[in-house]
Amino acid sequence: MTRFVERHPAWALIIIIAIAVALWLIFAVWPPGLEDAIGRKRVFLNAVFNGITLGGLYFLVASGFTLIFGLMRNVNLAHGSLYLFGGYVGYAISASTGSWLLSFIIAFILTALVGVLLQLIVFRRMEGQDLRQTMVTIGLSIVFADLMLWACGGDFYQIQTPNWLIGPVELPLITAVKSSGEPVYLRYPLVRLVIFVASVVIGVAMWLALNRTRIGMIIRAGVDDRDILAATGVRIQLVFVGVFALGAGLAGIAGVVGGTFQSLSPGEDIRFLLASLVVVIVGGMGSIPGAALGALIIGLAEQLGSVYIPTYAIVVTFLIMVLVLAIRPQGLVARR
Amino acid sequence: MLKCSVGLIALSSLFLSGAAIAQEKIRVGVTATLEGTYTVLGEDGMRGHQTALNVLGKKVGDKELEFIVASTDATPDSAVRAVRKLIEQDKVQILLSPLSGDEGIAVKNFAKTHPELTFINAASGAQETTYVDPAPNFFRYNMDGAQWQVGLGKYAYEEKKYRKIATVGEDYSFIYTQVFGLVLEFCGAGGQVTNRQWVPLGTKDFASVIAALPDDVDAIYLGLGGADAVNFLNQYQQAGGKAHLMGGSIMIDQTILSSKGNAKNALVGTIAASGQADTWEDPGWQKFVKAYQDAFPPNKRFPSPSLLATNYYGSTMALILALREVNGDLSNNQAKYRAALAKIELDAPNGKIKLDSNRQAIGTNFVTEVVDDGKGALFSKVVKVIPNVNQTLGYDPAVFAKIGLPSRTVPECKKY
Repeated sequence: MTRFVERHPAWALIIIIAIAVALWLIFAVWPPGLEDAIGRKRVFLNAVFNGITLGGLYFLVASGFTLIFGLMRNVNLAHGSLYLFGGYVGYAISASTGSWLLSFIIAFILTALVGVLLQLIVFRRMEGQDLRQTMVTIGLSIVFADLMLWACGGDFYQIQTPNWLIGPVELPLITAVKSSGEPVYLRYPLVRLVIFVASVVIGVAMWLALNRTRIGMIIRAGVDDRDILAATGVRIQLVFVGVFALGAGLAGIAGVVGGTFQSLSPGEDIRFLLASLVVVIVGGMGSIPGAALGALIIGLAEQLGSVYIPTYAIVVTFLIMVLVLAIRPQGLVARR
Repeated sequence: MLKCSVGLIALSSLFLSGAAIAQEKIRVGVTATLEGTYTVLGEDGMRGHQTALNVLGKKVGDKELEFIVASTDATPDSAVRAVRKLIEQDKVQILLSPLSGDEGIAVKNFAKTHPELTFINAASGAQETTYVDPAPNFFRYNMDGAQWQVGLGKYAYEEKKYRKIATVGEDYSFIYTQVFGLVLEFCGAGGQVTNRQWVPLGTKDFASVIAALPDDVDAIYLGLGGADAVNFLNQYQQAGGKAHLMGGSIMIDQTILSSKGNAKNALVGTIAASGQADTWEDPGWQKFVKAYQDAFPPNKRFPSPSLLATNYYGSTMALILALREVNGDLSNNQAKYRAALAKIELDAPNGKIKLDSNRQAIGTNFVTEVVDDGKGALFSKVVKVIPNVNQTLGYDPAVFAKIGLPSRTVPECKKY
């Protein structure tokens, strides 16, 4: 942090000012002139919160993707299929048992199993052949998409939100002050907050596991040099399988999340694959903090874009990707 | 050796029989949105098509109709690709296509490059398709989006006493046309449309759109369809939304009213207008509903046909009846068939349909209100039936032309 400030004082100043402005926009009561210029504060705050919560969902998908890439140098383009598969499993479980939480557990286990099978049957046979692996995963994603279309049809499914999560909550953020002087607080959907908190918890847990545990140490060592790691006697294939299972399971969980606050249908697999690709390109391939930062930026860009420049909202995310590729091709939080 | 010669004989007999049948077959290409946001709409459209075949049969004189289905995803390029494939690979002679608004405009333009074939619109409802530079070989037996909104603006203003409304719609031609019809009538009656929000087709996250809905309006008009509509309603429920709602023709439709989950309950009491009403007591409509219900098991269909099923039924009906009138004669670049199509008067389930000089339907429109049948199923109940709605919505054609083509901002909210 201090090194960054020393090296780039101008950039640091700009970033600090931007953060200060953002905080002021979020916490202060907007003067009337500002409301006239860019609309009501409620809309702005909602867009910011939606961006952050959507970022949470993107993070869940992208973190698995980036973890697998970081360790195995394997661009798994079937990652979107795992997302959709997890979502369908979650729907089936929640529709038959009525338990939302159970659907997460089963979706995690089943998609993790699919991930294990993928690693054992497919990727292990073509280790180190990047292009071949990539082509195979594209093929697999098409096969999976058709299989799921065959099994689940083209209908769209929505996982039922449990009753205790339906409806909005009031947050201690003032959006406006009534003429009587009474403040109006922001009302926000509870389910999105819960999902965001859950993704933060998962993110922090993953960071801790990677940086503070023995297994995390092995994985980090594997990312840096897997041949040396294998030579020290670590059963590297087991680590690969474990990481693949975790990454796939996270995509499965994300599927349940996506099915709850959006919906599941054919085509979602591609959408989330694309989103996680953009997220990891912006954040930096193979980095968990990078995935978090990238997800946050893309989520915010999508939501703020859809409110303030609706016509070009789709372009904004790709514009960011192009900018990052032009200025910092290794990603914002690259390891090297 | 034996195996080989048997195989050869089987193969050659297959070719021979193929040639023999080909003489008596008329090939018809059908497209529907069986992928993407509008999948459910496409599937029910195909059910309506199938119902028509069950009722009318596939025989025309001594010829047999053969239908080849291609899938699209509501984008214009997917529709043109599908139609081109049907023409070039499958050698179809007649097309029943497409389903969605933007597709309609693209297919109409494409139709001009194949003047020897006949195109019958399946269900698309953008105004431009038949109003601007119509193709002589493109026929539309359903009304356009603006015609489908006739009656709604007045009903909202006079009966519901709504004075200010805002709209949310998908950003493409059909919804522009729907909002066009609504705004003309509502503003003509004296109402105000304060805000028009447009979202891309296939939007998943509506939370920011919902947050940006104005509070100071009497009702919010929703011009969404398929997965978008369900996503919107789900997130609207999560955000605790409570405004009065008004709905477009594919929003208040069985594709949404019978979706899974309880978010759709927000729609009870919503007023809407469309080319059909689920509970209409007309015997022709009831007969169609019965035929639809008998054709498919309850878990493979909606409780009552959607607007798409009705449109596909009507267009398939026109296709077959006109073909029977000329006894399957497609000679002379299908000139006779086209003449028959142009003057046919359909006794469709949703009222009488005839074509104007642009080959665009003049038909019956329905103002409806969503009711719960007491068992948790939602239906659109008839409030008002308006016969003989034409494409200029009863305006003088010269005045109508001055309003401009439906777009994000057209028409202005004023009396024309």
